[in-house]
This record gives sequence, structure tokens and C-alpha cells, in this order.
Amino acid sequence: MSAEAPIPDAALLGMHQNMVRIRKFEEKVADLVTSGEIITPCHLYIGQEAVATGVCASLRVDDYVFSTHRSHGHYLSKGGDGKRLMAELYCRANGCSRGKGGSMHITSPDIGLPGSSAIVAGTIPIAVGSALSFSIQKRDSVSVSFFGDGAVDEGVFYESLNFSALKRLPVIFICENNLYSTHMPISDCISDTQIYKKAEPFNMPGLRVDGNDAIEVFRAARWAVERARAGEGPALIECMTYRWRGHVGPNYDIDKGLRSEDELKYWMSRCPIKFLEETLIERGVLSLSDKRQVYEKIEEEVEDAVAFAKGGPFPEERDLSKDVFKM
Amino acid sequence: MRVISYSKAINETLHQMMERDDRVFLIGQGVTSPWYVGATTSDLLQRFGTQRVIDTPVSECAITGASVGAALAGMRPILVHPRMDFIYYAMDQIANHAANWHYMFGGQLSVPMTIWGIINRGGEQAAQHSQALQAIFGHLPGLKVVMPSTPYDAKGLLVSSIEDDNPVVYIDDRWLYEIMGDVPEELYTVPIGKGALRRRGRDVTVVATSYMAQEAIKAAGILEEDDISAEVIDLRSIKPIDEDLIFDSVRKTRRLVVADGGWKTYGVAAEISAKIGESGLFNRLKAPITRVCLPDVPAPASLALEQIYYKNAMDIVDGVKMTIGGDYV
Ligand SMILES: Cc1ncc(C[n+]2csc(CCOP(=O)(O)OP(=O)(O)O)c2C)c(N)n1
Ligand SMILES: [Mg+2]
Repeated sequence: MSAEAPIPDAALLGMHQNMVRIRKFEEKVADLVTSGEIITPCHLYIGQEAVATGVCASLRVDDYVFSTHRSHGHYLSKGGDGKRLMAELYCRANGCSRGKGGSMHITSPDIGLPGSSAIVAGTIPIAVGSALSFSIQKRDSVSVSFFGDGAVDEGVFYESLNFSALKRLPVIFICENNLYSTHMPISDCISDTQIYKKAEPFNMPGLRVDGNDAIEVFRAARWAVERARAGEGPALIECMTYRWRGHVGPNYDIDKGLRSEDELKYWMSRCPIKFLEETLIERGVLSLSDKRQVYEKIEEEVEDAVAFAKGGPFPEERDLSKDVFKM
Repeated sequence: MRVISYSKAINETLHQMMERDDRVFLIGQGVTSPWYVGATTSDLLQRFGTQRVIDTPVSECAITGASVGAALAGMRPILVHPRMDFIYYAMDQIANHAANWHYMFGGQLSVPMTIWGIINRGGEQAAQHSQALQAIFGHLPGLKVVMPSTPYDAKGLLVSSIEDDNPVVYIDDRWLYEIMGDVPEELYTVPIGKGALRRRGRDVTVVATSYMAQEAIKAAGILEEDDISAEVIDLRSIKPIDEDLIFDSVRKTRRLVVADGGWKTYGVAAEISAKIGESGLFNRLKAPITRVCLPDVPAPASLALEQIYYKNAMDIVDGVKMTIGGDYV
């Protein structure tokens, strides 16, 4: 299938719902952090929804994705249960990591999310390794590594590109370039900020897409996934996007002089959800009443998730030393 | 004397040392950030500029190696890792390079650098944002390791670390940053390798590190109400260890509790216990040694578990009572 092949309406509507789901979930989390109900440090995905959505829409359930500290969008997009995610943010025993991991360490092994790491670039080589395993097992699954522009600062990023290209492994590197790494703008961190070009010296295709355009992300991901499944090796896709909130927590980080209000406003005007909605309405795929229903259904879902989380038990004292090893 | 906070003491020292010595510079993640390293680096950038206050990409290994190189070429880098957990990426440069350089070349070259690692735990941050790695560094020949627990020592030990001709791992804890204490305005040193007797006592010696030294002082106050007189030693230097101070105290009290914020297994408290075990004091102990440390478990996220995981004054009180009236198997 070429990158231009048509995308079924159902897939487009699924992507729309997924993006709304992430947005509403994250807005709720922001409120709960503000009110002090959620303590675990949350790195919100608001503004970046199109990336995880477009990428995961190109995957099967047996494909793996590995995530970072900014993990909620990846989890929901891969099909993780929002209830168990919310419960993990409440650090309850019914959370997806049973209250041991918190926001930065979430997992849903059944749907192909073996984990997320708060160590920058920590999961890049791990994604490579799972692709190695698929290739040894002669499975046609692929592995996706999500990481930020900050991870490109780490040596292990380059080592991983090289090894995966050398062995033609079925791994797709998705760099979410949101222009910042904590308090630092990307130009203070990377000498050549065209991250997609870092693939070339490893004989790997690298491309840059508009990370706020779910359809464009999906097309690029579908292309890379098909190549990888066919044994043609890895690819690097740089998705240009922006996080609306600050590095961590619900604030916007403009008061601290780290970025300008104009910049934030510009990116908010390029809202990935609004963008897809306009396209779908224009094409007659989504009606206004459908759209309203989507929002209503998802808002209900989010409330259910909060209720599930709050109703969950706290881990007990005996859980502390449980699970250090597999018994 | 003047009372300032622990983090202010660090900030002041950085200002004064960079002012006094052109070879000193600060490098690492967050040194220009308003929150990353608390207020410890306030106004340094404005004063010394981007040549000497270098905020870095997320490249722990390369930046640590670059600091080793800068030290070999005549500078005195202060390299900050805003969380100890991120130091693992830099371990090769620290363990294989910085620590070995002097010995490996027969004493001809040394690496005068300060590796400043911050412990930043709690708040449901979980296993990768919580670690206290003093034991790992203490294990490596060629490194000195210090852990100040008061504003006074935060300043004096930072000066000593910078002035030392060897790599010194300077470890502080964000839980100490708001603690207030007397700090002279002028520069002074606290010698590396010397502990501090914080409180005299008869019945038991409590040797403690960093934040646990503060908790040990609280514990001694609580124990006093039960007529238990605890002597508190703040270790201050993990390596070299002030053996004499510990031995003299244990010779007198004949009981030992060691409190350290790292993991118990193979940890700092294990080393101190072994030193007593190897010494003539072993036979003179009235009770087995008690260690108050983290269990052999990664840090959990849930606050409900954090509350039992991290140790405090009450755990030290319990540890002391164990050595005094406990039933041992
Ligand atoms: C090894 C390591 N160093 C430093 C940090 C602190 N840290 C957390 S997130 C982050 C920046 C991440 O930026 P980026 O990769 O662009 O992801 P974003 O937060 O923008 O999504 C840093 C430096 C860390 N978690 N791990
Ligand atoms: Mg970023």
C-alpha cells in the first residue's frame, strides 16, 4: 500500500475519537493535579494527540510500543484501559502498574505496551531489542519507540539507530519534536535541529511530518510499518508538534519566561483535534451531532475512569516488597 | 552568625568559589532553570555568563566525560546531575575514567572535579526518580564521597570538594534544602573524611548520613523522654570514613545503630557494621548492630507505600530500642 492509499472513514473516525479521548482525559488529569488529588508528577500530552493517534492507528495489537515520561497518550492510543490508567495516576492497587509506577511508568502488556520509562531515551534500545526478538522469532510484528526531541541528545539514540539499521530490524523511531526539553528550547540542545536527518548517516530513511496532522502522521507511520513488516528495516519519523502545558504539571510555563505567549497561542491555533474535525466535517465523514455525541460519550468515560480510580484500594504494606522478583 | 537555608548555602558557595577561582565552572542539566536544581544556582548565569555556567543537553555520559577532560586540562569543573538516577548514563566516565585516572598513570595526572548528585525522592515519583547512590560511589576506589546534612557543612564540604585534587562526589538531598542553620559569610572548609559529633550520649551510638543525620537528632530527642541517651554522629564523609570518631563512640556506648537513606543491602551501613565487626569492638558490643535503611526494594510510586519505604526519626527510635531491649533471633 502506498502512502497515498485511501484511509477508511472508520479509521478516521477512530482517530478522531482517540484524540478527543486523550484531550479530555488529560484535561481532567490537569484539574486533578491542580486540586491535589493526583500527586504523581504528570507530563501532559495535550497538543500532541495527533502523534500517538496517527502512529498507533497504523499498528496491530501484537505490535509493541514503548513510551516515555509523557506516556498517557501512547497508552490510550494503543488501546490501554483509561480506567486503569487513571487508577495508576491515583497510585491505587487497581492501577495499570498496581500503584508501583505512577504516571511515568505505565504498562498494558496485553495490548502491546510493555512499559514506559522516565529515563530520557531509556526505551529506545529496548524497542530495538523487541524488534530483534520479532526478527529472530520470524514474527511480522513491529516495534515502535516513542521519544522526545530531548532523547536525541543521548548517545544511546545513535547507537540504537545504527544497530537497528545494521540488522534491518522492524522498529520505527517516532520522535515527537515539541521544541522543548524541560526548560530548554531545542536550539540550545541540538546543533542541527533537523532531527529526521540523523537517520541518513545510518542508511535509514528519515522523514519529517506535521505532528499536528493526524492523517499525515498516520500515512507516514503506515508507510514505515509496512516497510518494517516486509523486512526492509527501520525508519525515523520526526513529528513536529507542541505541548500546550509546561514540562510537568498543568501550568503553561509562560509566566516563568521560558516561552512566549505568542508561541503558545500560535500552536493552540493549530490544535490537532480542531484540524482533524474540520477535515472530517468538510469531507462529510463527521456530522456536528456525531461530534457532540463523541464528546459526551468520552466525557462520561473519563468520569467513569475517575470513579474507578477513586474506588480503588491503596496498595497495602505487604505489597511493598512484593514483585521485586518474579516468583 | 547568620542563619540561611541549606540551598542558599550551596548557592552562596558557588558564587564565592567561581568569583575566587577562574578555573571553577558549573556544568550540567538545569543550572539555568528556575526549578530544576531548586534555588542552588540562582543568579550564577547573570553573574558569570554562559562560558562558566553551562546548561547542557540531556547527554550525561558526554558531559561527564567532558568534565573529566576539562579537569585534566586545568579547570575545576562542578558537574551537576540534578537527580542521582540520571548518573547511571555517566557511570562509565566516573568509574572507569575519573576514578582511575590518577592511579592508572602512576600518579602523574589527577582529575580535580566535583560530581554533584542530588537526591530527589518522594512525591510518588517512583523507582527512577528517587535513588540515593552513595554506596555505589563509595565502592569505587579513587572517588571521595561526601554528604553534608547541615547548611554549614553544605558550604564547607562544597569548598573542600572543589579544592580537592581528586574527583569528589558531593551528594545532597532535596529534603534538606529548606533546613536553616548558621553559615559564616566568608569561605571556609570542612575537611573531607571527618564526621561530626552532633549530640553526646551514653547508651547507644547512632551513626547517620545526610538527611538521616537530621532525623537521628530528632530521634535522640524523642529517646531522651524514655531515658535513653543516644550519641549521634553525622558521618558527613562516606569515603574516607571517620573510623576513629565511630570507634571512640562505640567503645563508650557499646551499642550501634546506623541510619542511611540508601538501600540496606551492601550499603553504607553495611560497611560501617563490617568495620566494627572486624575491630576489637566486636566483642564488646552489648547488642547486635541495627541498620535503619531502605529495604531491598525499588522506590514505589504510591504515597501509601512511600510512607513505609522511606525511613525517619521514628524508625531510628525503633532501631535504638531494638538494640536496647530487643529480642534477637
Ligand atoms: C537520563 C535523564 N536525564 C534527565 C532527565 C530529566 N528529564 C526529564 S524529561 C526531560 C526532557 C525530555 O525532553 P523531550 O525528550 O523532548 O520530551 P518532552 O518532555 O518534551 O516530551 C529531561 C531532561 C531524565 N528524566 N532522564
Ligand atoms: Mg521535547
